Amino acid sequence: MSALVGERTRAGRLGDSITRPDGTAKVQGSFQFSSDLNAENCLWGATLRSPHPSARIVSIDLSAAYRISGVEAIVTAADVPGQATYGLISQDQPVFASDVVRYVGEPIAAVAADHPETCRRALEAIVVVYEVMAPLTDPERVLDGSHPPIHPDGNLIRHQRVLCGDANATGPIVVEGTYEIGMQDQAFLGLEAALALPDPGAAGVELYVATQWLHEDQKQIAACLGLAPAAIRLTLGGVGGAFGAREDISLQVHTCLLALRTGRPVRMHYSREESFLGHVHRHPARIWMRHHATADGLLVKVEARMVFDGGAYASTSSAVLINAVTHTQGPYRCPNAVVDGYAVRTNNLPCGAMRGFGVVQACFAHEGQMDRLAAACGIDPVDLRLRNAMVIGDKLITGQVIENVAPVERCIRETAALPLPDEPVGGHDRNTMRLPGGAGRTADAGHIRRGIGFAVSIKNLMYSEGFDDYSTARCRLADGVVTLKFATSEVGQGFVTIAGQIARSVLGVDEVVLGTIDTGVGSAGSTSASRQTWMSGGAVNAACLKVRGLLFDAVAALYHVDANSLSIEGSDIVGASGALRVSVLEASTGLEFDETVEYRHKPTEDLDDNGQGDCHTAFAFVAHRAVVDVDPELGLVKVIQIATAQDVGRALNPLSVLGQIEGGIAQGLGLAVMEEIIMSEGRVRNPSFTDYLLPTFLDMPSVVVSLIEEPDPIAPLGAKGVGEPPTISSTPAIVAAIRDAIGRPLDRVPVRPIDIIG
Amino acid sequence: MNALVPTQLDEALRVIGTHPDALVVAGGTDAMVEINAGHRRPRMVIAVNRVAELRSWTYDPAGATVRIGAAVTYSELMESPLAELIPALAEASRTVGSPQIRNAGTLGGNLGTCSPAGDGLPVLAALGAVVHLASATRERSLPVSDFMVGVKRTALEADELITAITIPVLAGWQGYSKVGVRNAMVIALASACLATDVTTSSVRLAVGSVGPTIIRCADAEAFAGESVSFARRSATPATVARFGELAAAASHPIDDHRATAAYRRHAVGVLASRLLRRAFPND
Ligand SMILES: Cc1cc2nc3c(=O)[nH]c(=O)nc-3n(C[C@H](O)[C@H](O)[C@H](O)COP(=O)(O)OP(=O)(O)OC[C@H]3O[C@@H](n4cnc5c(N)ncnc54)[C@H](O)[C@@H]3O)c2cc1C
Repeated sequence: MSALVGERTRAGRLGDSITRPDGTAKVQGSFQFSSDLNAENCLWGATLRSPHPSARIVSIDLSAAYRISGVEAIVTAADVPGQATYGLISQDQPVFASDVVRYVGEPIAAVAADHPETCRRALEAIVVVYEVMAPLTDPERVLDGSHPPIHPDGNLIRHQRVLCGDANATGPIVVEGTYEIGMQDQAFLGLEAALALPDPGAAGVELYVATQWLHEDQKQIAACLGLAPAAIRLTLGGVGGAFGAREDISLQVHTCLLALRTGRPVRMHYSREESFLGHVHRHPARIWMRHHATADGLLVKVEARMVFDGGAYASTSSAVLINAVTHTQGPYRCPNAVVDGYAVRTNNLPCGAMRGFGVVQACFAHEGQMDRLAAACGIDPVDLRLRNAMVIGDKLITGQVIENVAPVERCIRETAALPLPDEPVGGHDRNTMRLPGGAGRTADAGHIRRGIGFAVSIKNLMYSEGFDDYSTARCRLADGVVTLKFATSEVGQGFVTIAGQIARSVLGVDEVVLGTIDTGVGSAGSTSASRQTWMSGGAVNAACLKVRGLLFDAVAALYHVDANSLSIEGSDIVGASGALRVSVLEASTGLEFDETVEYRHKPTEDLDDNGQGDCHTAFAFVAHRAVVDVDPELGLVKVIQIATAQDVGRALNPLSVLGQIEGGIAQGLGLAVMEEIIMSEGRVRNPSFTDYLLPTFLDMPSVVVSLIEEPDPIAPLGAKGVGEPPTISSTPAIVAAIRDAIGRPLDRVPVRPIDIIG
Repeated sequence: MNALVPTQLDEALRVIGTHPDALVVAGGTDAMVEINAGHRRPRMVIAVNRVAELRSWTYDPAGATVRIGAAVTYSELMESPLAELIPALAEASRTVGSPQIRNAGTLGGNLGTCSPAGDGLPVLAALGAVVHLASATRERSLPVSDFMVGVKRTALEADELITAITIPVLAGWQGYSKVGVRNAMVIALASACLATDVTTSSVRLAVGSVGPTIIRCADAEAFAGESVSFARRSATPATVARFGELAAAASHPIDDHRATAAYRRHAVGVLASRLLRRAFPND
């Protein structure tokens, strides 16, 4: 159903910057997003949501809504045939609230009707009587135990301590700070949308949906519907961005339930405002850190207390928290640590996965600390980071040894060596639009101060803590054409481009057909944690290699040569002696090879009570240098340039890598200076793009990039994940630059004008 | 929802007379947002952006005025020769939304919405524009300050259209600035239009987003009129600073999720000072 399917990808092998197969359609507006899906005789679905952050549901009266002509079904908690709750890690979130509501926007009922307008009137006609309660919105009230549980599972989602080395160690230099990170939205442009087609007799359902992980959705939907997973077939609808917000269930169960109830296709779309309530966000966090160092700036110990507000339901909070606590030290050697991290439950919006997954928050704090330390030691901030940079063989505070590739020093040195902008404040053309304030023309060059900031980060790749993390791919070769099949969600990251490049490189073909992305093949795992190029790329690579082995066997038998002597050269199979040369097309004509492979990364361990254990698989590193212009009097900022050297392992498609780097920086910039869901008393004040501000072209700086290509021997293609690192340290680099410009501490993001004017 | 699309003014006035509950839509950049958000559910829409009389403008050199049809867009206001005749309006227009919004959005629509953050409005207030209204049976003209009644409230009657805005063409520097947290496409947290009139040696200042409607800063204007030198195009640093203080004092903003009242008041003072300095670059 999406524009990708069945389309033959263009020629291009690993290392080529070929363009995406879906790019033109997206730019021209012909790409079919999941919100464009329709079916004959289709009904519309809509969701009734709680207006209160905390309330008891006294009664729900559907009678008036049912009397509206065109209303075909209304479902509530009483209609959920299977498990009443769902969740990625713990199943604590109700499909529909029945007795209490725990956040503004919690679903209470869903309606299917002949028209969106009928749905709207039906939702208005449902009478819910609430007994409103005072919401729990302050995470500290969870920790001091002063608030009764708001959920049977309690208010503490997870506490994790890390104790490493000597807890009493100290150094002559001690710096501390408390850092705050606001709630960021993933703000994908393609809103939540799905189309469900019921099987006759309600035996099962086919769901087209924009998601990050088809098989996890399938499992959770099946459990809630009381059906076997095989009865739920999912196909990826065209996805307009994800960034973590499509990892949890949103409208999936509701849409399927309505379709099964009515026996008719049902489509459901969220509006932008509903989307703000309908998916999880980046955790707002409060992080205290104290660093102890020698006089020459070498880290002795880090102490931290991290409080992550998980909102009403657990989602992935426990995993986000682990990422934060295990990345407390940043990409620096640190022998001793005492860290306590808490993920708590409140009546705020549920929080979960977002690009950077807990490391964003930790990094903002540790990089603020590194600058404080540099100032306290009288050492240049770049130099201080170099002195502490991790190398292969160093241990994390979890005891895990950094293996493989860890070019931290190179990231720092190459970033620092990238050229600074040569233009003066306001640019060579002295255009006031290029000053802070932009199109508002609030400033003249004389009002502006320029600052430079630096930040570095480490990010784990793939799933951690003992998770059985794998991906499946199927490769079929017949008559010189490769058909690939996988369930890897293409959310915009470009796996559909890379998959074809892998097949072409391994098998020497030009024609690669991508099968529909659906649950007709094994799980690919989630498109998250910077994992798909490594994991699904690994699976596609392995499946292609297996097919190549069979092809070589066939050629060897036919020509009486040793299969081990064969290799691919361009689009030919050649023998070692040079005597044999046959094209892949010719060799595979009339033959068919079809192989399915599961790829797994090396297993990881749980953390023990002291936070010790090899819980992660692999890491990627990056440094960012930001140059900003600041109007100190008005508190306005214009980011002028970001320089970055990123550890990418190997750039399989340099253009795609650049896209991830620029996009990630835009998102990091957003968190640094404008993006925040503002909540008060459990209510969202700005659920629209009028008031939730995303960077525009005029806010985006020029980006200068150096790709550090040191292929990772344990990565199947040598390539590390590149999606998350750009978002992580770009934020603290920009804030450091603002601090540099105004000469005052700033410990909260996003930095607001009032924070700058002080 | 039905739509009527008149192309002549008399036709437009007739249909609004017979459908006084209809929603008038020009560029639709405010009206459609309200409809899509469900805040308005009109049965009938009257589109006025094809009405020839509303789409044009005329310059009267003798009277030193420009009469701008209500459905003239920001993109048109940004272009020559209008941009030379009323530079502050062109500057304000350039700050509005994105190219798409400026191609559709109109000055009449800005008045119709009458948001305290409307970017065209401080310019109209500073220049002392006159708003022309008409119904099928009558015509009237109001100073813009009387037209704007409150937050999103105007003197417009249900059967009336805004037909045009007459703006004096002044000799002297004029400009517009607006503060927003983003560098483009952002709602003003504070805005200001400053216009000078060399023939009367006067300074006008109107500020937006710092009160229920646009505020003319009479004290600041009077102070500047006495303190600056038009001949030398100069103002002392003390004058510039005091001018900002008076502008801030004239504002009465509120706290909301976009900004605190204190920040808005501070920012509008800074804008006023900087605009005065742009108008009088010498110390
Ligand atoms: C993305 C976006 C960005 C924006 N950015 C800005 C910005 O930076 N600055 C800013 O000031 N505004 C901004 N706006 C708001 C809007 O573009 C302006 O207010 C614009 O001037 C409205 O003009 P319009 O022609 O589109 O009005 P419409 O939406 O058509 O109408 C607005 C109101 O005026 C009434 N109306 C229109 N014409 C007439 C008439 N001739 N007679 C009587 N009543 C009439 C309508 O009934 C309606 O109530 C933005 C809007 C959007 C969607």
